[in-house]
Amino acid sequence: MKAIRFGRLSAVAVVAAGALALSACGTDNPTGSNQSPGATGAAVSGTLTGIGSSAQGAAMDAWKTAFGSANSGATVQYSPDGSGAGRKALIDGSAQFGGSDAYLKDEEYESAKAQCGPDGALNIPVYISPIAVAFNLPEVKELKLDAETLANIFRGEIATWNDPAIAALNPGVTLPDLKVTPVNRSDDSGTTTNFTEYLAAAAPSVWTDKASGVWPSSLQGENAKGTSGVVKVVTDTPGAVTYADDSAVSGKLGTAQIKVGESFTTISAEAAAKAADASTPVAGRNASDVSLKLDRSTKTEGVYPIVLVSYHIVCSTYADQKTVDLVKAFESYVVSEKGQKDAQDAAKSAPLSSDLRAKAKKAIDAIKVKA
Amino acid sequence: MTTTDVAPGRSKLTRGRLPGFAPWVSLAVALVLGAAAVAVPGFTPFGWGIASAIIFAIVYVAWSRAVEGGRKAADKLATCLVVGAFLVALLPLVSVIWTVLVAGIPGLLTPGFFTTSMNGVTGVFDNRAVEEGGPVIGGIYHALLGTLMITLLATLISVPVGLLTSIYLVEYGQDKPLARAITFFVDVMTGIPSIVAGLFAAAFFFLVVGPGTKTGFVAAVALSVLMIPVVVRSSEEMLKIVPNELREASYALGVRKWRTILKVVIPTAISGIASGVTLAIARVIGETAPILVTAGFATTINNSPFAGWMASLPTFIYTQILNPTSPSNPAPSDQRAWGAALVLIILVMLLNLVARIVAKAFAPKTGR
Amino acid sequence: MTTAPPRQAERAGVPAAIAAQDSPRGDKVFSTLALTAGCLILAVLFGVAVFLVVQAIPAFTADPADIQGGKGFLAYIAPIVIGTVIAAAIALVIATPISIGVALFITHFAPRRIASALGYVIDLLAAIPSVIYGAWGASFLAREISPAYVWLAENAGWIPIFSGPASATGKTILTAGIVLSVMVLPIITSLSREIFLQTPKLHEEAALALGATRWEMIKMAVFPFARPGVVSAIMLGLGRALGETMAVALVLSSGALTVSLVQSGNQTIAAEIALNFPEASGLKVATLIAAGLVLFVITLAVNMVARWIISRHKEFSGAN
Repeated sequence: MKAIRFGRLSAVAVVAAGALALSACGTDNPTGSNQSPGATGAAVSGTLTGIGSSAQGAAMDAWKTAFGSANSGATVQYSPDGSGAGRKALIDGSAQFGGSDAYLKDEEYESAKAQCGPDGALNIPVYISPIAVAFNLPEVKELKLDAETLANIFRGEIATWNDPAIAALNPGVTLPDLKVTPVNRSDDSGTTTNFTEYLAAAAPSVWTDKASGVWPSSLQGENAKGTSGVVKVVTDTPGAVTYADDSAVSGKLGTAQIKVGESFTTISAEAAAKAADASTPVAGRNASDVSLKLDRSTKTEGVYPIVLVSYHIVCSTYADQKTVDLVKAFESYVVSEKGQKDAQDAAKSAPLSSDLRAKAKKAIDAIKVKA
Repeated sequence: MTTTDVAPGRSKLTRGRLPGFAPWVSLAVALVLGAAAVAVPGFTPFGWGIASAIIFAIVYVAWSRAVEGGRKAADKLATCLVVGAFLVALLPLVSVIWTVLVAGIPGLLTPGFFTTSMNGVTGVFDNRAVEEGGPVIGGIYHALLGTLMITLLATLISVPVGLLTSIYLVEYGQDKPLARAITFFVDVMTGIPSIVAGLFAAAFFFLVVGPGTKTGFVAAVALSVLMIPVVVRSSEEMLKIVPNELREASYALGVRKWRTILKVVIPTAISGIASGVTLAIARVIGETAPILVTAGFATTINNSPFAGWMASLPTFIYTQILNPTSPSNPAPSDQRAWGAALVLIILVMLLNLVARIVAKAFAPKTGR
Repeated sequence: MTTAPPRQAERAGVPAAIAAQDSPRGDKVFSTLALTAGCLILAVLFGVAVFLVVQAIPAFTADPADIQGGKGFLAYIAPIVIGTVIAAAIALVIATPISIGVALFITHFAPRRIASALGYVIDLLAAIPSVIYGAWGASFLAREISPAYVWLAENAGWIPIFSGPASATGKTILTAGIVLSVMVLPIITSLSREIFLQTPKLHEEAALALGATRWEMIKMAVFPFARPGVVSAIMLGLGRALGETMAVALVLSSGALTVSLVQSGNQTIAAEIALNFPEASGLKVATLIAAGLVLFVITLAVNMVARWIISRHKEFSGAN
């Protein structure tokens, strides 16, 4: 009996020790910075909740940190659940803004009116991310490809890297006799949407599938989850090729120059920004909305057409002044020159052009309290 | 060997048995033959081990069959297979643990890993860490705290409900239609995909409390939906195998049924129940998707599971691996993620240990 | 020899004096509590079912052309149902014999002193979060195992399940199945171990006394006693294998349904939901939830079969 009693006591002691360990102290200041409270005087306050694209996570980290330290009373929280989840959250009122790799679909725009008032929701571009065609060839770091060849590679029609179609575009480059392993995203993603949109528009004779966030399941190939997943697979597999956000493509991989018009465009932030500038507004939206319809089959030289434009989706009206002030302050910062630079430093995203920033700012200024 | 009774060394009793050195001789033969067999396609230690193990089993069992006969040989074969199964099971364990240790220890040893959150850590710091060799900053305190609180709450909900249900099933149900229905539907519940449990809890609180209710408690409810069936199922099995003699002895002494259950049945089964509960905790403590949709994603410390978003180790690991803080330099994020994974494993180990101590304290002494 | 019963009684607070202090109310309260807990579970499950059905209805009523793939819900779900079954089957085929072997090793073969430590080691496997299994499977196991797939495709390619060309990355359904088997192994082992330990010592000793070898004793005394419990353990493992999302999502290079286990292709329901849910909206959400509902139904069917197997051996069930 005594032994049992003692056993029980020790058991209780262990549990209690665990509970004590729980209450150990931690700090919210890993960077060792001095956040002087109220440095910028009476700014906005409150908590702003956003849900959305996981690809925006890195840029959002930078934005919420900088915004929080400039406005000591304000907090921005962001959950990277996914673009679709973000749009849903804005529509059902779970979040004040949604982060999305695509602007609202027409039916979503209609259903957002219940939450956002008759003027609906606003799509505000927050950064551009050029999508690189990255490949793992031991000796080759640069390749020139056109839309048809690219489509054929990803459809599995081109079996080896020294295929005549690739060789014809790359005179003087020694191509290895290596099996082509196309790697696509296994998850539904904005990157796939934009890449297939480009292929369907620029090489309609080869790419017969519709543009979609899900890779056509009829095509056999390797895939992996997430940008980091595909980059890792391609880095590990000689002969593999994928499409991925340029910021995540490491120096070990080569990137392709894409044929636009008569010349080949190297991927760059400037070339990507040109693609966004050359876009047209989407019809049937709020007057100040900034949804961009990109021209994928453009012939304008110097434009890199495979880009993804990431948006913040906000309501045109909110229930109270405090939320309006908070949303306006945050989004104005995001599209400001400083906000764009902060995101570029942290996430290596391509900044919006000043023209586009002006349009976005105008849309943000139109946000008001629900009548 | 002669058959005379006075033969020295081996008596009649040990005749027809393999000598004590038989396994060692077989092993030596197997190692040599194994090396020879593997040398043909190309020598690897792994292939050598596998080939030797197979040859050992063949040699040892055949020898036993020749000397001892079929029954003993079957016994030896079974022993070889059982030990082999154990060794095979160790392979992935060692491999996974090794991977996590190698990748996780650098993260664990980073100063501030346990005492800071990820508040304010942006890609700029990670880029600097990689490009200029600076320290990797940011820690898991917020996530560790969140995981402990969410899991504790989920356990507080699931264990009483699960245990009481299994008591109902075993002690009171007695094949009543209701008991049969519960058993059946508990089985069905084990098949709920974890994301569905999360969405269900999120939708429930959306309706009851309001849009966008995401707290640690909601996550605990979601995890409970996943935990309860595991608790019920395992404790039901454990209660079932408590011998009826014990119950009857207790009743015969005039002890009431509920006291019999609390004082006799549960203590007898407590070791199994505790291991079931640990399994259930282990099952949910690593869940990512249901926590993301119910508790949100925080980078700061939140001390209250009833208000505000809460971080957790799995969501931390998941986002750090799949969406690094700096997309162009994922190495610091990987380091933090593997470090957090190691912490999560150690955490479950400790829980397991606690469960065992608790079980040992309450369990009666049995034959084994 | 077990001496448990008298000790139990002793610990229960022997004398009738204590029993007399109990009022029948204790019994009433306790049984009501137990019943309430059971009903709560039914209520929760009912809630989940209602939630699933309500959310899934649009997928069943929608125009087939609008469902992903353009051929209606059935054409969409059929391949991934088969994929789910294949992955879970691979996992169980590998994990069941090994788990039972490990449980036997721990309970009946290993030296007593190290047995519980060994059990602890295996339980560790259950502690590893699935995203880590996924990362391990995708980055380590797939790479190490792909030469074996190439070999299989070259030498055993005439068997349809090994037909080539083998995947260059090793991220196939077979690898996913192996990772799943590692994940369900501790579940089956842990429960089987507890059940093997509870085999009546008298039965075991009687068998040994009659001259049975250890293996014969296990076959005659342990297995018949443990069978329903082991089936339960396997079912619990199957539940995990069917519902596992993140590990499969990270390991498997998904695609259209293929017979070959060494090519990329196939997909499981849970992984399909995990991969597509974050970006889904509108009808797509309904389709994915409907897929979840289907997974639910599969689990239901599997469990009915398991129940039936157990009921055939009811005479051996524990509390006899």
